[in-house]
Amino acid sequence: MSSVGTLRFAVIAIMVGLLELACRTGLIGPTVIIPPSAMVESLWQILAEGDLTTDILSTFGNVLAAAVLSVVVGFVAGLAIHPLPRLRGALEPLLASYYAIPTFMFYPLFIVFFGVGNRAIIAIAFLLAVVSMVTSTLTGLDRIPPILRKTAKMYRMNRVSTALLIELPATIPHLFTGIKLSVAYAFIGVIASEFILSGAGIGYSISYAYNNFNNRAMYGLMLLVVVAVTTVNMVLHSIDRRFQERSRR
Amino acid sequence: MMEPAPVTSATEPAAGATEIHARLRGITRVYGGRGGAAGLHALGPVDLDLRRGEFFSVVGPSGCGKSTLLDVLSGLVPPTAGTAEFEGRPITGVPDGIGVVFQEDASFAWLTVQDNIAFGLRRAGVDAAEIARRVAHAIGFMGLRDFAKAYPAQLSGGMRQRVSIARTLVMRPRLILLDEPFGALDQQTRLLMGDELLRLWRETKATVLLITHALDEAIMLSDRTGVMSARPGLFIDIVETGWPAERDSRVVSDPRFGAMTARLWTQLREESLKIMGNQVPSSSH
Repeated sequence: MSSVGTLRFAVIAIMVGLLELACRTGLIGPTVIIPPSAMVESLWQILAEGDLTTDILSTFGNVLAAAVLSVVVGFVAGLAIHPLPRLRGALEPLLASYYAIPTFMFYPLFIVFFGVGNRAIIAIAFLLAVVSMVTSTLTGLDRIPPILRKTAKMYRMNRVSTALLIELPATIPHLFTGIKLSVAYAFIGVIASEFILSGAGIGYSISYAYNNFNNRAMYGLMLLVVVAVTTVNMVLHSIDRRFQERSRR
Repeated sequence: MMEPAPVTSATEPAAGATEIHARLRGITRVYGGRGGAAGLHALGPVDLDLRRGEFFSVVGPSGCGKSTLLDVLSGLVPPTAGTAEFEGRPITGVPDGIGVVFQEDASFAWLTVQDNIAFGLRRAGVDAAEIARRVAHAIGFMGLRDFAKAYPAQLSGGMRQRVSIARTLVMRPRLILLDEPFGALDQQTRLLMGDELLRLWRETKATVLLITHALDEAIMLSDRTGVMSARPGLFIDIVETGWPAERDSRVVSDPRFGAMTARLWTQLREESLKIMGNQVPSSSH
C-alpha cells in the first residue's frame, strides 16, 4: 500500500476507533448511534439470515439500471449535442443550473407517469444521474486532440466508426468523471426514492427500521450502502487512474 | 567549392525521372470568406508535379500554407480552386495509396504500439496473418521491438513519432506525406530520424513529400526542395540537390550542402521578414 493509502486507512481507522470508544463509554447513547462493531455484526446478521436479500438485490438492480441508462443516454446525448454549437449554447446554461433544482420534488409526477415501484425509482435516479454524464461527455469531446479526428479522416472512417473507435476511447478518461458521478447519483436517487416511492429496497428497509426503533438493522443497512458505494467508487477510481496514466500525452 | 545544382521549376520534368505521380494545377485555398466577407487566402495558385519515387521537401515561412498544401494533396481539404491529381485520378477525398505522418502526436493512447500500427490494416480488413507479418516488419524496421506491448504514454516523443511512421508504413502508401514529423525532436534525434526516413524511402520506393521548417533537413533528405513565399504561399524556387539515392546525414559535410542551404535561407529570410512586417535590411549591413 502507498504511503497515501496507509495514511487514508489510518485516518479512517482512527475515526472508527473514536466512534467505537464514544459509543462503548456511553458518550453517545445506543438510541443515537450504535458502535461500529455492532453495525458490522448487524450487517453480517442481515446478510446471513437473508430476510432482506430481495430488498438488497432490488436496490442494486435499480442502481445498475439507472447508472447504465444514464451513462449510455448521457454519452449518446453528448455525442449528438457536441457538433451542434447553437443547440449546445442554448442547453449549456440549463445543464449548468440543473442540479440547483431538487428533482425529488417532482416525485408525484413520477408516480403519475410510472406508478409506485421500480420504474419510477429508476426514472428519478436516471434524471438525477444523466446530466453529469452529458456534461462530462461534452468536456471529453472538447478535449480530443484535433489530430485524432484528422487521423480518422485519413483512415476514411465514417461518423459512427470515428465515434466508436476514436472519440469514445479518447474521451474515456474524461467520461470516467461522468461515470463516477452517474453511479453516485444513481445510488442517491434509488435509495432516496425508496424512502418515498417504494415498499421494498434498502432505502425502504432503512426507513422501516427507523420507524420501528430498530437501530441495529438501520445502521447495518447504512453500513451496507457505505461499503457498496465505497467499493464501487474505488474500483471505478482504480480503472480511471489506469486510463489517466495511459492517456498522458 | 562545387556549385549547387541548378534551380528548376516545380513542374519542370527532370531528365530520367519524368513519370508524374501527383500533380497540382492552380491550387488555391481560401478559408472563410462567406457572405461577402474577405476570406483568408492561405495558398496559391500553386502548380507542382511530384515525380514517382522522388523525395520532395517544402520549406517556407510560418503560416505560408505548407500544411494546407499537404491537406489538399492528401484529400483532407478540398481546394478553393484548381485541380489535384494522384496517379492520374482527381483527388476528391482521401485517396487510396496516400499516407500522412503529422507533426502532432497522432498515436492512439488507448492502444499498445503494435495495436496502433495494426489499426489501419484491421480497418482495411487485411487478414490476421498478414497483419501480424506487416506489423512485425514495421516494428523491427522502426526499432520498436522492445516496445511492441508498451502504450504511447510510456514512450518518448521520438518513439511515438516512430509509431506514427510505422502506422503509415504498414499501409504501404505509394505517396507518403510528412508534415514536420520531427518538429518536436532535438537536433541529434532529428538527424538520426532523417537517416531512418531515407532508409524507409529507399526500401518502400514511395514518393515522399516532406513539409519542414528546417532548411538543413530539407536539403539533406531531398532530391528537390521547394521554397514557398509568405502567405498566400507560392513556389518561388525549386532547388534540385542532385544527391545520390544512397545518401544519409553525412551529406551535411559536402560543400554543396552549405551552398544550397544558404540559398534557401536567403530566400526564406526575405519572406519571413515580410511576415514579420519588417523591411529587408540592405546587403551592406
